[in-house]
Amino acid sequence: MAELTSESQSQKPKNYKVAKEKSLWWMYLPAIILVTTFIVYPFFNGVRISFTDWDGFSQTSNFVGLDQYVRMFSDPTTWTVVRNTLLYGIGSTILQNAIGLGYALLLNSSIKMRTLTRTIIYLPVIISPLIMGYIFYLVFAFQNGALNDALMFFGFDPVNALGNPTANPFIIMLVNVYQFVGIAMIIYLAGLQSISKDYYEAADIDGASKWDQFKSITLPLLAPSITINVVLNVIGGLKLFDVIVALTGGGPGDASQSSSTFMYSLYFSRQDAGYAATQGVLIAFIILIISLLALWYFKRKEIEA
Amino acid sequence: MENKRMKLGLTILAFIITVLHAIPFYILITTSLKEQGDFSSRWVFPDYFSLENFTTAWQEANLGNAMINSLLITTGAAIILILLGSMAAYPLARKNTKLNKGVLVLFVAIMVVPPLTALVPLYQMVVDFGMINTRTIAVLVNAAAFMPLTIFLYSGFIRSTIPKELEEAARIDGANTLGIFFRIVFPLLKPVTASVLIVACVFIWNDYQFAIFFLQSSDVHTLTVTMDSYFAENQHNLGLVAAGAFIAMLPMALMFLFLQKYFIAGLSSGAVKG
Repeated sequence: MAELTSESQSQKPKNYKVAKEKSLWWMYLPAIILVTTFIVYPFFNGVRISFTDWDGFSQTSNFVGLDQYVRMFSDPTTWTVVRNTLLYGIGSTILQNAIGLGYALLLNSSIKMRTLTRTIIYLPVIISPLIMGYIFYLVFAFQNGALNDALMFFGFDPVNALGNPTANPFIIMLVNVYQFVGIAMIIYLAGLQSISKDYYEAADIDGASKWDQFKSITLPLLAPSITINVVLNVIGGLKLFDVIVALTGGGPGDASQSSSTFMYSLYFSRQDAGYAATQGVLIAFIILIISLLALWYFKRKEIEA
Repeated sequence: MENKRMKLGLTILAFIITVLHAIPFYILITTSLKEQGDFSSRWVFPDYFSLENFTTAWQEANLGNAMINSLLITTGAAIILILLGSMAAYPLARKNTKLNKGVLVLFVAIMVVPPLTALVPLYQMVVDFGMINTRTIAVLVNAAAFMPLTIFLYSGFIRSTIPKELEEAARIDGANTLGIFFRIVFPLLKPVTASVLIVACVFIWNDYQFAIFFLQSSDVHTLTVTMDSYFAENQHNLGLVAAGAFIAMLPMALMFLFLQKYFIAGLSSGAVKG
């Protein structure tokens, strides 16, 4: 709003060429061409392909109407994939925010070694998720994995964590949380440091408990940080790809596939490009709905606070 | 007294959390130091010292070549993002025409679209262009994927912190738009340029999803694709995989440790994954 008013004020008295009405569109033309060629056009082309039976390499394909969509909604794998994708997206988001906020509160107190703790928690953020996946493979591998080495040392039976179709989506989610909790932590830490100490002093004088202060001062004032974190984590988690490839390859069967890995295997291993595109449209739709809902919900909270 | 005890308790808690977060890296290091056939517990260091895994992985996986490819692609994409992104953001931040408002909305909308939905048709297009297995296509696709975020960061910064008076004064002196932008505005955008550079470095250097689609022949493999095939070949000799993974993460980890302040500031302003 601020820039709108200054705009209208400065418009009147100028008589030299300010070029106010010019859009200067040629300055963003190159960026538009780049984004249109590599994202917008292929995206809509993908929507078109989702109505065909294209195999991914032939020059020809047939228009099949809604066949791929009917197939998608009756394919049990779709529901496994959607469930996993939501687990990776929403499950990670809840944990990353809860744990990230906890870490931020801890680092915002006057403890020793804060810098070291922060560095170690943040380090995984800058490492490739694929490499992170391999590092966790060393931990969870059935034979000679660190987890089983520890279990056997204490006299327990080894577990096949990555081969277990019920457990491994949760393991993948936890690895994603471990890797990116640092981002949530840092954003919350910045949020906490911007809250004035006066509020807490006033609350202390009024005799409010620490928990009341957290509920009535800290959380409402952190609302903008919560919005950013939730949107970032949801979008990141819903697109999860690398970690899954590294840890399970989507298996056993399709048990731990996310939308991204499922599309990849449909296209390259199963020559089913039309169906891959249909799955792509579904995930784009889900991401859009969830992002908008999250944005709307948390923006409303911010205004209330 | 009470306060001191609480502080001690919190310090111990922080220590435990730090140790827990360090475990994967500890396991990576013990594993990378063990020779093939050493199946001792991952939790203990070997009683010998050998860097053989590192030298073998470096040569076998051709990690040097992969590092150069990753570096070229990241640098190329970062240059495009900084030049085209800052230039695009300028009119979007300064000229409130209907067209520009629409274009800004378009860029924000693209941020929500998962590039993965575009990947399947994009792959065929790239094959038709004859650009498969070229570093150029990896540069262009990565630049396109991070362009909306870059424009968003630059335009927010220009609108909120760059005073218009400077540009107006330059205009009176007869400078043209492009001259004003590159000589007066661009140098003031350093903080965002640093953020864009860091986001590009981390996420494009680490990119696997685009690389696995477009860089399938081994001479153009980046670090991630190289490690992907090296892992497939050495599933039963994880010491080599660990050493390779360690080498692959080293450049970024060192940069992070030395430039931590900038990394954290840059990434929290633009922490959106591909």
